[in-house]
Amino acid sequence: MKMRTIDRKFCMAVVASLCIVAALPALSASKAQQQDSQTPAKQTVQRDASPETANAGEKKFKQNCSRCHDAPQDLSTHLSGTVLRHMRVRASLSEQDERDILKFLNP
Amino acid sequence: MLLRMHLSIGPRFSARVIGFLWALLFCWIPALSAQDTPLISGGVGFITSTNGGNTTYIPIVSPVLAAPLGDHLLVESRATILDSYFPKGNGQSGYTGSSFLGLSYLQLDYLANRHMTLVAGEFLTPFGTYNERLTPIWIANWESAPLIFSLGTMNTGSSVGGMLRGSAVSTDKVSLDYAGYFSAASTNEQFNSQRSAGGKAELYFPQAHLEIGASYNRRLQDEHQNFAGLHLWWEPADSLVKFRSEYAHGKHAQGYWMESEFHLARDTNANAFRRGLEPVVRWQQTFRSSPDSSDGLPSVDTNRADFGLNYLFPHEVRLNTSYSRQFAATGNRNVWQTGIVYRFLFPTWRSK
Repeated sequence: MKMRTIDRKFCMAVVASLCIVAALPALSASKAQQQDSQTPAKQTVQRDASPETANAGEKKFKQNCSRCHDAPQDLSTHLSGTVLRHMRVRASLSEQDERDILKFLNP
Repeated sequence: MLLRMHLSIGPRFSARVIGFLWALLFCWIPALSAQDTPLISGGVGFITSTNGGNTTYIPIVSPVLAAPLGDHLLVESRATILDSYFPKGNGQSGYTGSSFLGLSYLQLDYLANRHMTLVAGEFLTPFGTYNERLTPIWIANWESAPLIFSLGTMNTGSSVGGMLRGSAVSTDKVSLDYAGYFSAASTNEQFNSQRSAGGKAELYFPQAHLEIGASYNRRLQDEHQNFAGLHLWWEPADSLVKFRSEYAHGKHAQGYWMESEFHLARDTNANAFRRGLEPVVRWQQTFRSSPDSSDGLPSVDTNRADFGLNYLFPHEVRLNTSYSRQFAATGNRNVWQTGIVYRFLFPTWRSK
C-alpha cells in the first residue's frame, strides 16, 4: 500500500469535476434519447426478444460475463461495442465470443 | 487492510497529470461508429468498516473510461477517489480524515488479431483472479480484499510496461486464455510499480462452467522472489451457487481463500426480493514461514471467516454487508463492513 495524503480540497474538486463530466454527457444522452424515442431507431437491450442468432450470444454471456457480474440493466446500443471491446481485453474473450455477445446485447 | 485498493496516491502534480490525460483523451477521440461511443462507467459508493471497535467511513468514486480509437485500439483507465474518516485515537474524541486519488490502470490496447492483444501503459498485474476481475467496487462481494491479495501482485496491484494477452484456443468445449507481462520499476507517484515479469494461463470448460488456472510472477528488484498461484472457479450451469478459490505462494508466506456465493432465485418470475438476495461466505488462511514486513500478509498465521449478505437493488444499486471473525496469535477480532454502490454508465457524447 502506497498511500499518501493529498490536498483534500483538491481531491474534492476532482470528485466534483468528475461528477460534472459524467453528468453532462448523461444529460446530453438523455436529450438525445428523448429525441430518439420519437423515432423507431431507438433501441435498448432486448434480451427476451432474442432471435436465433442471439442464443449463442446469450449462452456465451452466461458462460463468460455472468461469472463475475450481471448484465447492465439498460445498455444503450451506442455503447455496446465499446463495452464488448473493453470486456474482450479484460476477460480475454475470443473475437467470436465478442461478436456473439454483441449480437445478444444488440440484436 | 481496508479496501482492496492498490492506490498510488500522489501529490498535486500527479493528480493534475491524471486529469490532463483524461481531458486529452476526451479531446482526441474522433467520431466513431454507432456502437463504439466512448463511455464513462464505474461506481460511486459509501463504505463503512468497523474493525476492533473503530469505525471508518469512506465515500468513494471509481470511474472507468473506455474509448475505442479505430478498429484495433482501445484506451481504458480506472481511477479511485475516496475520502476516509476515522477516529483520531490517542484518547482524543472526534474524527479525522484523509483523501486519496489513484489510478488502477491507464492502458492502450492493440487488438492485434483474434488471439492476441498487446497492452502498453499501466495495467492490473495478471496474477490469480481477484486483482483483474473482482476489484471493481460495483462487482466485489466484499469490502476488503483477501488476505493474500498482495502476494504476486507486487503490493501495488499494478504494473507499468507491456503485456500480451488473449485467448489462444476457444471452442465450445474448452478455452485457453493467457497473459504474459513485463513491468519496469517506477517510483512515479501515480505509476508506481516494481520491476517484475510473469504471467498466467487458464483453462476454462464452458459446458461445466469450470476454470482452472495457474500464475507465476517473479520480482526482479530488491530481494528477488518467485510467486506462484493456482485458482479454481466452478459455477455449475443452472445452479444457484458459485464457488471461487485461489491459492498463492511466496518465499515468506502463503495462503488461500475460498468463497461461495448463493443466489436464492434466478427465475425472473420469482419473488423480486429473493432474486436480489445474495448470501456469501468466505474462508481464508495465511501461513507465515519467515518474517517479511513488505509482503503485506499478516505477521503470524491467520484464519478468517467472512459471512456476507448482499442485496442487488434495481437500477444498478448494490448493498454489501458482512461480518468477519479473524483468528491470530496476535489477537482475535471482529470486522463489520457495509457498502452501498451505484453503478453508472454514460456515453461521453452522442454518437453519429
